[in-house]
Amino acid sequence: MGDMVAGAGTAPASLPASLPASHGVPRESEITVRPGQRWVSLQSVDTARLLLLGGTGLLVAISLAHLVGLRYPSVAIAFGLFIAFGELLRLALPGNRETAPIAMTAALAFAMVLDIARHNPGSNGTYLPIPFEPTQIVAVAALGMALGALPHIAAGRPAGISSMSARLVAIAFVAFVFRPMVTAGLLMLGSPRRAAMAFAVMALLVTLAWLIETVITAVIRAEDLRARYLVTLADELRLQWRLGLAVGVSAIITVFAASAMGLYELAVFAGPLFVIQLAFRRYAGIRSTYLQTVRALAQVTEVAGYVDSGHSRRVSKIALAVGRELGMAEPELLNLEYAALMHDIGQLSLIEPIPAGATIDVAGETRRRIAEFGAEVISQTGVLDAVAEIVRCQWLPYRGGAVKPPLESRIIKVVNAFDDQVAGSSDRDRIAAAISVIRDEMEREYDPAVVAALAIVTGRLPVSRL
Amino acid sequence: MGRLSFAAWLYLIVVTAVAVAILRYAPIGIASHDWLGAYAVLALLFLVCDSTPTTLAARQSAWSPSSAATLAAVVMLNGGIGAAMVGAVAVLTLRRHVPLAERLFNGAMYAVAGYIAGSSYLAVQGTAGAFWPNVLTAQEVSEVHIPSPGMFAKVLVPFAVAALVHVFVNHGLLWGILLLDRHSRSAARRSASPGGLPQLLAYDIGFAGLGLVIVALWGVIGPFASAIVLVPLYVARWAMGQFAEQQRAHSATLAALCQAVETKDFYTRGHGDRVSRGAGMIARKINMPPNRAEAVTFAGMLHDVGKLGVPTKVLQKDGTLTEEEFAAIQLHPMRGLEIVGEIGFLNEALTGIMHHHERMDGRGYPMGFAGDEIPEFAKIIAVADAFDSMTSTRSYRKARSIEEAIVELRKNAGSQFDPKIVDAFISALADGRGEWKLQEPAQPRDYEILTSQDHDDPTSPLRVAPSR
Repeated sequence: MGDMVAGAGTAPASLPASLPASHGVPRESEITVRPGQRWVSLQSVDTARLLLLGGTGLLVAISLAHLVGLRYPSVAIAFGLFIAFGELLRLALPGNRETAPIAMTAALAFAMVLDIARHNPGSNGTYLPIPFEPTQIVAVAALGMALGALPHIAAGRPAGISSMSARLVAIAFVAFVFRPMVTAGLLMLGSPRRAAMAFAVMALLVTLAWLIETVITAVIRAEDLRARYLVTLADELRLQWRLGLAVGVSAIITVFAASAMGLYELAVFAGPLFVIQLAFRRYAGIRSTYLQTVRALAQVTEVAGYVDSGHSRRVSKIALAVGRELGMAEPELLNLEYAALMHDIGQLSLIEPIPAGATIDVAGETRRRIAEFGAEVISQTGVLDAVAEIVRCQWLPYRGGAVKPPLESRIIKVVNAFDDQVAGSSDRDRIAAAISVIRDEMEREYDPAVVAALAIVTGRLPVSRL
Repeated sequence: MGRLSFAAWLYLIVVTAVAVAILRYAPIGIASHDWLGAYAVLALLFLVCDSTPTTLAARQSAWSPSSAATLAAVVMLNGGIGAAMVGAVAVLTLRRHVPLAERLFNGAMYAVAGYIAGSSYLAVQGTAGAFWPNVLTAQEVSEVHIPSPGMFAKVLVPFAVAALVHVFVNHGLLWGILLLDRHSRSAARRSASPGGLPQLLAYDIGFAGLGLVIVALWGVIGPFASAIVLVPLYVARWAMGQFAEQQRAHSATLAALCQAVETKDFYTRGHGDRVSRGAGMIARKINMPPNRAEAVTFAGMLHDVGKLGVPTKVLQKDGTLTEEEFAAIQLHPMRGLEIVGEIGFLNEALTGIMHHHERMDGRGYPMGFAGDEIPEFAKIIAVADAFDSMTSTRSYRKARSIEEAIVELRKNAGSQFDPKIVDAFISALADGRGEWKLQEPAQPRDYEILTSQDHDDPTSPLRVAPSR
């Protein structure tokens, strides 16, 4: 919406700087993680990540030494290759989440492997489990992951070292708890009671492993996104529990089925696992296509000359950062992003674009009509009612109206006013001026909490890098 | 399935008769409790899966991993009869609103598919007369057949053969009834839409291994095996459901945003939608593969998005256009590309949007391509676009009849349009009488733009002042 607040006219000279998003937009970037920036220098690597990488590196180094004298190498090689296969088929979930469910399934199963087609018969009809050391498990898993990651690196994709490390820590945990229990003779197959006992232990361990991986992922993600840690953790738990459940149960299935079928099981079970992952991949794919479409079509107002080029994208980026600063959870952030992208769509109901610079004169009635029309267009989709409501309320003042607008609408109102003045410029003075203009009208028009968050967000990084 | 044609009824009766003939040999009286118990658990697993299918991309096709239960039965219940008994349970499906004929057919189809798959399993293992439904001996059904550990290598190949046979018999029988039945012929065509049949086959073949995994698990943890495999299956089902939901949301959003673009101009309202359908009709007529046919409908829907970049006063201008104004109009395909160029899934559709105003004689815009230089998508959209423009009302003229528009298309075939595409469109119009929905007549509201000249209308080209 073009409800520009005052003064600070939009100098066209600053426009080029405001077009960072028009080329090479990442395929899926609801969340703007900046992969290029991640490894620029050691200083840019955050504390938690540094700790994680250092710890895992040490663990892997120690573990590799224990590979000497590995018994049953065929089992280790088969599982290692399966892990590599899973790592090759990584899965990017909505929100730039790199996972590798098949690799995780294979590695968890390997950590909990009991016997393989009764290679190792014991007394009284029992079967002795394959005697792997926990360090050997970690070493094989690390090698498998590295092997599977190589093609990704060769293709120029991010190596994904952080997410691999998080997985490896979870696997190491399972190995260091489970293998000693095996060595102590507490876990083996051969009778229904033993199988039930093994099942219970495995179920507990895969749950804990999932929690460990999720907590590590959330810590790193919170640092990357500058979001609140508990909000990120809740997001991760909510978004990942289904896949985590499938991975954990599939790992247990693999252990039991492989004890009867032998290593063929890995090949036979790969098919179903692949199809399950395909379902998730298609889901993630359509989510990113959806976002891409909305993002592209939201530009129509720019091409038609209603608003500055790049305005809707900048508003959506800044709004996301502000929303995150205010502790919003991911489903709300997604609605906020859609609403921010499409907040100007209602201008299509105006016959002529509002002449540049005159937006300050736009009457409240016109602003209302633009918001209403935009909401009408969006609610025609039949699936974005929440987004339509946000767009409908975007013009309402913070105080003095009959209803208090929802937080998302308040964010869009503030960010829109900000971008109308700054237009993507990274000039510090201009940003400060714009914020102070907004502050002047804070108590009545704008939500002070949102304005404070905007000041923090824009003070941290230039808008083009948000 | 709806009301069935005579041929389809006949087909249904034959398949059902074969299934009944097989099931007559069900060893209910002589089988051991173990065997019957295993059968009951697998039948329950089948029923649970079959009752909770997922909708795949193609609206008509529901998919469930129920065949894993049948394939587990092939091994555990040793051959065809047991698998047929498991498949027959489909008659009892708990899905709601399934007509009796469909229940009957599904049960019979899965029974026959299970039987042939199980018999192939035995035949590959070298059992003589595997395909003939002999009465099973009490010894053969005295126990559940689970290969002992280390012996699974011997059943891998027979199992793989059985799985493939099951997939193909199942889909073959299903296609039979869809093709024979008038009412569902369009459904059969739809299931061939992108991600239709090939996807179904891939899912079925991919999931087949689960049958053998159930057998192996059963040997270690007993019937609990069938409960535990349901967990990953339900997670997959959730993801598939989410996919279908998001896909619907995406299409709805795309359509709504295109509509919003059109609201500006009263006379072109619904234009994109109609061109999209017209392009789809042509694509089907020239037998375009389903995924390309879908892409061309997207191109049709979005082809004029770039008109937003043309100043309103130019669109509204009544009278001769200056060269600059004409140039502004000619720019709209490029403007369209600018807007939608980043939408990854559009791919080839982008060529249709960019070149839909090229002419066969090379006098079009923006590139002046001629003949076969023009992408196929663009040729298709050009025809549907001009046809809709002619059959819609404009401020300067009334809508033409379909017949008049067809004459006009024929007249311009070769110079402006590709004759092959024109022929395909005309015969598609003739096939699907009434499939073409004309613009709805209505009065423009005051804030709406009334275009004075239509750049799409081949019968009244834009008037451009000669340059001085």
